[in-house]
Amino acid sequence: MSDITLSTSVAAVPEAAPRQPPALTTGPLAWFRANLFSSWLNTALTLVLGYLIVRYAISFVDWAFVHAIWSVENNQTAACRALKASATPGACWAVITEKHRFILFGTYPYEEHWRPAIVCALFTALYVVSAMRRFWRWELAIVWAVTLVVIGVLMWGGVLGLSYVPQERWGGLPITLILATFGLAFAFPLAVLVALGRRSSMPAVRVLCVAYVELVRGVPLISVLFMASVMFPLFLPEGINIDKLLRAQVAFILFAGAYLAEVVRGGLQALPKGQYEAADALGLSYWHKTGFIILPQALRLVIPPLVNTFIGFFKDTSLVLIIGIFDLLTAGKTAVVEPAWQGFGVEVYVAISVVYFVYCFAMSRYSQNLEAELNRHRVR
Amino acid sequence: MSQTTIDPRHLRAPPKRPLRLSWADERVRAIVWQVLIVGAVAGLIWWLVRNTQHNLEVRRIATGFGFLGREAGLPIGEHLIEYTPASSYARALTVGVLNTLKVAVIGVVLATVLGTLVGIARLSKNWLLSRVAAAYVEVIRDIPLLLQLLFWYTLLQSLPGPRQALNPVSGVFLSNRGLRVPFLDWETGHSLGLLAFAAGACATWVFARAMRRRQMADGQPRAVWPAAIGFLVGLPLVAWALGGAPTGIEWPALRGFNFQGGATISPEYFALLIGLVTYTAGFIAEIVRAGILAVPHGQWEAAQALGLRPGTVLRQIVLPQALRVIVPPMTSQYLNLTKNSSLAVAIGYQDIVSIANTTLNQTGQAIEGIAIIMAVYLTISLSISFFMNWYNSRIALVER
Repeated sequence: MSDITLSTSVAAVPEAAPRQPPALTTGPLAWFRANLFSSWLNTALTLVLGYLIVRYAISFVDWAFVHAIWSVENNQTAACRALKASATPGACWAVITEKHRFILFGTYPYEEHWRPAIVCALFTALYVVSAMRRFWRWELAIVWAVTLVVIGVLMWGGVLGLSYVPQERWGGLPITLILATFGLAFAFPLAVLVALGRRSSMPAVRVLCVAYVELVRGVPLISVLFMASVMFPLFLPEGINIDKLLRAQVAFILFAGAYLAEVVRGGLQALPKGQYEAADALGLSYWHKTGFIILPQALRLVIPPLVNTFIGFFKDTSLVLIIGIFDLLTAGKTAVVEPAWQGFGVEVYVAISVVYFVYCFAMSRYSQNLEAELNRHRVR
Repeated sequence: MSQTTIDPRHLRAPPKRPLRLSWADERVRAIVWQVLIVGAVAGLIWWLVRNTQHNLEVRRIATGFGFLGREAGLPIGEHLIEYTPASSYARALTVGVLNTLKVAVIGVVLATVLGTLVGIARLSKNWLLSRVAAAYVEVIRDIPLLLQLLFWYTLLQSLPGPRQALNPVSGVFLSNRGLRVPFLDWETGHSLGLLAFAAGACATWVFARAMRRRQMADGQPRAVWPAAIGFLVGLPLVAWALGGAPTGIEWPALRGFNFQGGATISPEYFALLIGLVTYTAGFIAEIVRAGILAVPHGQWEAAQALGLRPGTVLRQIVLPQALRVIVPPMTSQYLNLTKNSSLAVAIGYQDIVSIANTTLNQTGQAIEGIAIIMAVYLTISLSISFFMNWYNSRIALVER
């Protein structure tokens, strides 16, 4: 090879043509070329998409910020209505300024609003603490129990100098958080039991669990909530009345339990058979085997899908609107019933979407990070 | 090494130990537990049924489905079959089931198309396109569907009235009364054409199968598309011409306070369809993306190395493998869309839940009403599951 290169030396080439420098491979220009303008089709796509985004972003900013009205006095919404009909429509955020306390806390006594506000903060802090892996210890259960008791005291009152607030007056974000937290906290142990039952060697137990899971997963949540609101009272002995929120909560737990059970079952099935056999070979009893060998591994496998199911049920708490329970969405819908504020539903729904989005987006990001972290040992 | 055959005595199952009546025997424990659990569940059910019977007696509510024959007296805006308020409850509920199916079937088709497009867009080499698709998926999946439905419905209701209706394309009017589009002046010719199309589709399927069998026999590929065009385009055209070749189109026009003529999509149906399709498409997009990413890159390269054309690679190599990953989660999305269509009750679209709910309020037959809702959804869910399981077993990997 070497003599070939030697024989065609530079001197043999009559005129060394000035060569083009190599195409850029780094820097912003190269990035643009590779990711936005790599072919004529991509260029056209980028230009069209860019135009659409800029155009709609401008009209959205105009609507939401430039032309928006942020507050009005004494429910005088005439200016808002005029703005809506004008050529340059704008958002009437005055409805949020005026109604945000009602949307967040419902009909809770106005001067006591600090109590549900602390409750919401406590719930959020509880989620954050439970999400951190360094706190995944048995003491966390005590933290949960204490926090939930404090939340109950704050919401109901009647002790420690707090005035008593009946449950009918609760509303808004605390209801959403209560339904989601208690729902999932009780549905999860139920789901583990049902998932174990579905893989049990006892035929009667297996049939019962399969029937429960498939029946619940075959019907919409609404029908279960309807059942809770109109049929539960018929099921109970005369004279026993359970309030509507608790009935909806029970329906929610039963519904979520079936879905979570399927997720947990996925983890139980994914575990290699050798783990079961090894535990048997050690002579462990069923509950020792399940508690010390199987569940710790199986649950760890399904943490990401579990979090996704949690997100789904957090969103699904909004369905209680249909049976008339005063959660965040119901409060928002009710806020624009008043004649002065009719027609500003879009603004209210956008604002509520932001609240749901913050919670769900945080959970989904967390789930992605956790998945990456738990799979780190598998990545080569 | 002549002892390779197994001694027949070893094939017999080990002899069963006689059941020892002791807590130490695993089988005895299993029987006791099952008896206890089944007994507890049966007792609970018995207790609930007894309470219910007692409560119904006290409240003087007669049980049974006798009310189905009575006059419903509830007005329904959208019905695919003949319906008046004088019709029976049974007919009203049938209308509700058909309305549910109307939104579910069209929703599934549109959500699949939109979701596939978004899923592919997320994998695009174009940074802007993939970011837009990712943002869409994130936002749409993190907001409750019910909130989105209410949002769309409010948005559609805040449109101007019919007199100031938006008119994006000539003949199409968008107002707070819904979307009005021009529609064919329906005649026998159209019905004949539609029937011929259905027949043509069946014929194409049969023909394609026959051709494939012959290819399997002698290895010669045979083109199916000329016959398919003949069956799917030619046959309906001939039938339409035989029916008198009707060409009339009905244009919507403003008369008085509302539009006359053309086809209407009501704001309720429109809001429900937009909400369901955009929401479910966000989930389908993620499934499609995962499915495509699940096919190893070596499969593309191996197929290209064999000299297959890009279209063939996609159809014969990549898609069959991606579908194997896609179909099971897709099934549950279709089921979710169908079950989520029950949220129609919140925006006033009269699906089965809405009509059954009105029925149980009017008649007081709570148990029967909810039983009907559950039975309808269980039937739909099980049908979709069976169909998708059948499809899944067809495309599943055949191992040994």
